[in-house]
Amino acid sequence: MNEGGRPSARTRAGRLARWVDDRVGVARAGRSTLQKVFPNHWSFLLGEIALYSFVVLVITGVFLTFFFKASAEPVTYEGSYEPLQGVEVSQAYKSTLDLSFDVRAGLVMRQMHHWAALVFVAAIVVHLARVFFTGAFRRPRELNWVIGITLLLLGIVNGFAGYSLPDDQLSGTGVRIAYSVLLSVPFIGPWAASLLFGGGFPGEDIIPRLFAIHILIVPVIITGLLVLHLGLLVRHKHTHFPGKGARDDNVVGERLWPTYAFKAGGLFFLVGAVLAALGGLAQINPVWMWGPYQTQNVSSASQPDWYMGWLEGALRLMPNWEWRGWGYQIPNPFWAAVLLPGVTFTLLYLWPWIEARVTGDRREHHVLDRPRDRPVRTALGTATLSFYTVLGFAGSNDVLAIAFDLSLNAVLVAFRVLLFTVPPVVGVVTYRVCKELQRRDGPVEPAASGSSEPGLGPEAPARVAPADPVRAEPVS
Amino acid sequence: MAEAHDAGGAPRSEPGTDDVAPAGAPMAGGPRRHGERLPAAFFVLSIVGGLGLAVVYWEGGQPQLEGVFLALALGGFGVAMVLWAKRFMPEGPDVEPRGRMGSTPAEIEAFTADFESGEYELERRSLLTKLMLGAGAALGLAVLFPIRSLGPRPGEWMVRSPFRRGMRLVDETGKPVRPGDLRVDGVLTVFPEGDLADEYAQTMLIKLDPGRTFTPRPGREGWTVDGLVAYSKVCTHVGCPVGLYEARFGQLLCPCHQSTFDVYQGAKPVFGPATTSLPQLPLGVDDEGYLIAEGGFSDPIGPGFWNQDRQWERGS
Repeated sequence: MNEGGRPSARTRAGRLARWVDDRVGVARAGRSTLQKVFPNHWSFLLGEIALYSFVVLVITGVFLTFFFKASAEPVTYEGSYEPLQGVEVSQAYKSTLDLSFDVRAGLVMRQMHHWAALVFVAAIVVHLARVFFTGAFRRPRELNWVIGITLLLLGIVNGFAGYSLPDDQLSGTGVRIAYSVLLSVPFIGPWAASLLFGGGFPGEDIIPRLFAIHILIVPVIITGLLVLHLGLLVRHKHTHFPGKGARDDNVVGERLWPTYAFKAGGLFFLVGAVLAALGGLAQINPVWMWGPYQTQNVSSASQPDWYMGWLEGALRLMPNWEWRGWGYQIPNPFWAAVLLPGVTFTLLYLWPWIEARVTGDRREHHVLDRPRDRPVRTALGTATLSFYTVLGFAGSNDVLAIAFDLSLNAVLVAFRVLLFTVPPVVGVVTYRVCKELQRRDGPVEPAASGSSEPGLGPEAPARVAPADPVRAEPVS
Repeated sequence: MAEAHDAGGAPRSEPGTDDVAPAGAPMAGGPRRHGERLPAAFFVLSIVGGLGLAVVYWEGGQPQLEGVFLALALGGFGVAMVLWAKRFMPEGPDVEPRGRMGSTPAEIEAFTADFESGEYELERRSLLTKLMLGAGAALGLAVLFPIRSLGPRPGEWMVRSPFRRGMRLVDETGKPVRPGDLRVDGVLTVFPEGDLADEYAQTMLIKLDPGRTFTPRPGREGWTVDGLVAYSKVCTHVGCPVGLYEARFGQLLCPCHQSTFDVYQGAKPVFGPATTSLPQLPLGVDDEGYLIAEGGFSDPIGPGFWNQDRQWERGS
């Protein structure tokens, strides 16, 4: 048969493809998809690692929902973990133990889920750093930057919500802190805390509500934003590094089919393999060792998952400041746990526009910057990362004080000093390294990369310079 | 997507032709084995992992083995795919044009014209348009109201403990406490009798060292019994239990963020981020010799918030 002059399908698969094409018409769009070109660089795989971790999160998470009971109702534990037999615990805690000990493959699923969450947020952060250092957030990708920052925020929120569900001693302490932080927001804090928790802490409502947030509300938003994120990626086509004929009006790389599809598909399986090995061999969050949450208990060395460490550190380093007046107050946790993340994410969201304003460069860019060619931006980036790294370590100040046999006071003071000395040092060193690398590169050719543009490039310091003579004038 | 049709600026051979077999390899007939061994081995490893996983599961499951076999099944698959791609599949560089982001002026004009032809109808029926906006706003407002169902109005309950005058102090098991139950420098977490569950009920009972100077707050001179003093266990920073008592220094330490309170000076904060003292509970003894509260706490319980003082005064 030769219908409408089209080649006939001989094989069974060919006939099936023809059947679909007759109803959907995929061959045309499908061909352009197969031919789509993806630039090749290891750092372009970081976002994919986040995506594949999310896939693992969804698969393992769906399995966990079949066994987890999101309820604070007290029950007596009778499962196979002997030390806790006969202890009164919440349904949430009991079902977490049951799915860990008494459901076949349950523990591996749970541990893979937790590891995947840590890798998910980590991959997003590293991907974000790559996008920042290479200038991939510039026009026309500002919107995708905004979507990406939102995905980071949602990843952190959902990680915290999931971490809180088992209702163990550690996670209960975390929820306790979250309640107080929410409470600390001026004007709306008391209402917000009451509405989220259905009254006071802990109450019966927070676990089922966190469950709905964790498995429905946030994942649906994340999925939607991922579709947008990838849709915009397809629309813009991926950025590429200078060289190999890369220009702002082309894409140089490998075609999707078959090379890139096999490499990316292989990466998915490799991410899954690493998470499976971690889930099977590296114990994580053994909630039976923390015990069920009781409001009057707490242990020292209570540390959250890594992506909350910077907030924990900020809460610890914050001096005992508060504001009071006319019977109102802004309590201490507000500065460290509301204002700091608020400022952090506002600056992150606005960065593409801040930089465009400083440099005056509002043109389209598809060829990436090499970090060394933008020493000011690169130095700002590493300094900022070091700031949050110091905060993260400060979140373990009690552990460090014990490990190194130091007084808590000394560790606290040291971290306060480090927080404001490390970033400038890191920034200056980064700047110098960038300059040195540039020097070794030899004279820069006026490439399409736009590295000869004014602004955050080599010329940037000159813009700052005029302020110096004023300050340098002798005080007579 | 028109630009995608022109993809493939660089010359490349068609997949399926013998483009990667080394010179001298058998061209037709026999399968090309050269270089296939390693990816093949990884696919075999993947199969072994998958079957191993099934066997382990069938035999009752074992977390470490499940993880290892799943890792082998996935890892073998992944490595084999990547090797296959690297060894046999066409390499780049391929080039495709990127196309433009923004629309042409003509496209924008055409779009605007199409849009305005519909908008004209909205402009013409301005009454309907305005009412539609009004109805939409009213509906939007109405559907927000159920949010109010999520929790009670903030009030005095946010700052009060269930302790009232005359209530006995009991330990975690509900047993009433006598002044003699604690030795010097001993501590005990106590609750009001009959209310062990309330978060804001938890209280630290501390037996002071008579050899040290205890300076009660003005007006709280009679709040101790036999050297026993009681403070709220809820940290005024972010509400963790202030559970560590360092008798050597007479200080209560919160393990969460290291806020430290001086027990001998009205539990005022001496270290860490906390800004306010732990509330104190006035103590007494009833006819049967058990410890009781002589009233409620001195100050609002728990971490501070915007109108905490006003909520507290409302009940006083």
